[in-house]
Amino acid sequence: MAMPMLPPDWPGGFWAHWGVFVVIIFVFVLATIMGFIWFERRAMAIMQARLGPNRTGPFGVFQPVADALKLLIKEDIVPAKGDKLVHWLAPVVAVVPVLMIFAVVPFQGGAILADLNIGILYIVAISSVTTVGVFMAGWASNNKYSLLGAMRQVASVVSYEIPVVLSIIGVVLLAGSLSMQQIVIAQDIPFILLQPLGFLLFFIGACAEINRAPFDLMEADSEIVAGFNTEYSGMKFGLLFTAEYGEALAISAIVTTLFLGGWRGPVLPPWLWFLIKVGFVFFVIVWIRTTVPRVRIDQLMALAWKFLFPLALLNLLITAVEILVLPAVSPWVLVGVNIAVMIVLVFLWSRLFKLGWGRVEV
Amino acid sequence: MVIKTEPFVVNFGPAHPSTHGVFRMRMTLDGEVIVDMEPVFGYLHRGIEKLAEERTYTGCIPLTDRLDYLASMSNNLAYVLAVEKLAGIPVPERAEYIRVIMAELQRIASHLIAVGAFLNDCGAFMTPIVYMIREREKILDLFEMACGQRLTYNYMRVGGVSQDVPEEFLPALGKFVKVMPGWIDEYDRLLKENEILLARAKGVGILPKELAINISASGPVLRASGVKWDIRRADPYSIYDRFEFDIPIGSVGDCYDRYRVRVEEMRQSVRILKQALKDLPEGKVRSDVPHLIRPPVGEAYAHIEAPRGELGFYLVADNSIAPYRFHVRAPTLINLTALREMMVGWKIADAIIIFGSIDICMAEVDR
Amino acid sequence: MKFERYGIGIAKGLSVTLRHLLRRPVTTQYPEQRLVTSRRIRGNELIWDKNKCTGCATCAKTCPQGVIQIVTSVSAEENKYKVEKFEVDMGYCIFCGLCVEACPYEALFMGYAYERARYRRRELILAKEDLLASEARKPSGYFRPKIEATLPRQTLLLDGDRGRRDGH
Repeated sequence: MAMPMLPPDWPGGFWAHWGVFVVIIFVFVLATIMGFIWFERRAMAIMQARLGPNRTGPFGVFQPVADALKLLIKEDIVPAKGDKLVHWLAPVVAVVPVLMIFAVVPFQGGAILADLNIGILYIVAISSVTTVGVFMAGWASNNKYSLLGAMRQVASVVSYEIPVVLSIIGVVLLAGSLSMQQIVIAQDIPFILLQPLGFLLFFIGACAEINRAPFDLMEADSEIVAGFNTEYSGMKFGLLFTAEYGEALAISAIVTTLFLGGWRGPVLPPWLWFLIKVGFVFFVIVWIRTTVPRVRIDQLMALAWKFLFPLALLNLLITAVEILVLPAVSPWVLVGVNIAVMIVLVFLWSRLFKLGWGRVEV
Repeated sequence: MVIKTEPFVVNFGPAHPSTHGVFRMRMTLDGEVIVDMEPVFGYLHRGIEKLAEERTYTGCIPLTDRLDYLASMSNNLAYVLAVEKLAGIPVPERAEYIRVIMAELQRIASHLIAVGAFLNDCGAFMTPIVYMIREREKILDLFEMACGQRLTYNYMRVGGVSQDVPEEFLPALGKFVKVMPGWIDEYDRLLKENEILLARAKGVGILPKELAINISASGPVLRASGVKWDIRRADPYSIYDRFEFDIPIGSVGDCYDRYRVRVEEMRQSVRILKQALKDLPEGKVRSDVPHLIRPPVGEAYAHIEAPRGELGFYLVADNSIAPYRFHVRAPTLINLTALREMMVGWKIADAIIIFGSIDICMAEVDR
Repeated sequence: MKFERYGIGIAKGLSVTLRHLLRRPVTTQYPEQRLVTSRRIRGNELIWDKNKCTGCATCAKTCPQGVIQIVTSVSAEENKYKVEKFEVDMGYCIFCGLCVEACPYEALFMGYAYERARYRRRELILAKEDLLASEARKPSGYFRPKIEATLPRQTLLLDGDRGRRDGH
């Protein structure tokens, strides 16, 4: 049996490679999630003319640790009539797929746990399992408002999957392969320039899937429903919270790999470029959260189905046409054409688009 | 086949993170749409009108501070105008100008909180309200310089103000007036044309013009519905007829118009401040009025344009040192009566925005 | 409800937030850094000057809450009131300053400090000796211009305000 997908210069064989990378991924993901929590609080605070946490450790770097400790020593409350097994399993089902996504994210040229040749399809499939965890959390709470919140969440994730997957297909067409490593290698020009509309659609759709602002109505206190995590306390809540930030990290990593050129860059070592790009994408996510108000639930669905979905189909069509033309013209011409097409389409759709219902006659 | 649904009653309880103060709404919901709404208030009733009957006329002034605690100077001013009308006490010129300066600064401070809280309810995490509180801190520093407190000022007295402003107040006020329009422009740049805010607030919670007039709404709520009615122009009190300012009105009466009217009123207040600062005369700031006043038998009603609407005080005197009857016409209580018409037919998420846009301070509603 | 302005409004808002990254935050880190309060602050205590007080009880009559209790006895040899009991219940006081304003002999002052929390309510009732001025209990300049002149100037947030730097 051949050792599959192993770079030729890796010593120790398959299981050593697997072991080292599992440790790296665990450490990286958990440490970066804590770093992201700290970074978000500090960056958002400075953009609001105040200081963030700065008392727990120098510059407040131990604040996430303090939060985790606090959650660990809290009492674990389970609703009396809720389904106890589902209540216990839901955070697990929500967190584990997030960690599994990182199996195919390339940190460097040869540094990837498993260079699957269906890499991006694997990611799309696994990230949908998180939604099942969220729904289990809402179900097990025996609280009709939590169930409503969870169902809303499922509806929004399912709606936004379609434009996200369609924009991924645009990238795959350009790269010619589903494997994440091949997509990075094919980016002589970063795909954000060749697929600007695809990037926009992917970014908006991804923010909606991970419940970040401006689509964070599930956790907002302006709804009477506090969402699916009303009945969670202690470390289970901590795990759900970790799942949210882990998804943000995963989205940043995927955006970096698909659109920004992954680990490619001139002077610095490749893994450092990867970290810088991931940090930059996360900063943009935090920046948007600080500035923009929240949308309403029916406006959320209208945005997915009436704005993003037709644009995603058009994007796919145009990319397919360009692939046929690509050997004959230089890619830079296509960059210009794509940006112009994006501006025209966004302009056109904004004029024609009606956002949500108005007042309902009772 | 139509699925038969049944409306259910939900309690937006008194303790809720989004309602400003202790306010309860009993909503009948059909799915997500509000079918009926019943406001229940009175959770903050402290009996101020009864307490005032046991305090002297000057001793009631700290009590009026606590009516609408976000706009204490305006409350003080309205009450003191009522007593002066009752007893026929004149006010020196410098005191009148200082009163106008304080009232307009208070209007800016109150509108900053109103707009900030409205934008916070729309979901813009905390950013607008933090910026606006930063500017409000500058105004509160000025108030602290003049009278010693930051929230309950007790600054106006019958026959003037309690003491003259210190010497560093006027240069600081000049600097404030110079930098404030820039900051208001920054708030506009942050959120005025934001598409999501427009989608959430435009056309939501419309208060029609006839309804607004019929329920005696006042203040920015009335002006946003298209009625050009401002007590500083319609029935000028103090020396407002000497100043030049515009009255911004809206066209439709939705939440977005109320937000815009408040922002424009802030600009007009800065304009009044510039004029008052230029024309401030020298002189006394307080008439020689004793602490214990004994007005002749009679009644008086004085109203001002407080930041939230028409604030009026009705006093009945019976030749003793305490008022016989002390009634407050609270603007937000009257504006609240339109809430049901504004909310029916919208969704829960809109209910919070509509409630935030009419800018309620529960202490004034319940007294 | 059309999607107006094509995304430019969001971009403008984002530029405002980004510019704040370059500005200094306005937070003061209490308790290590403190701001100097106003010279006329109506701080959380009352200070009484035993020598100037004549026991006329104008302050007690003026107080809207009735927190000042004065009991005097007639002192025949000195031909003035002797103040037996002067007790202030700081728990009921609303710090309005009307008593300080009313005292005709300038014997009553508002405090300058504001960190006067106590663990028990009975410690809030201050009697004659507790009300005197001392190193820890400084009087403020509310209605007392002579004291106001000696106190330091207030820190203003406006002093650090350089306005918007982008072409205001």
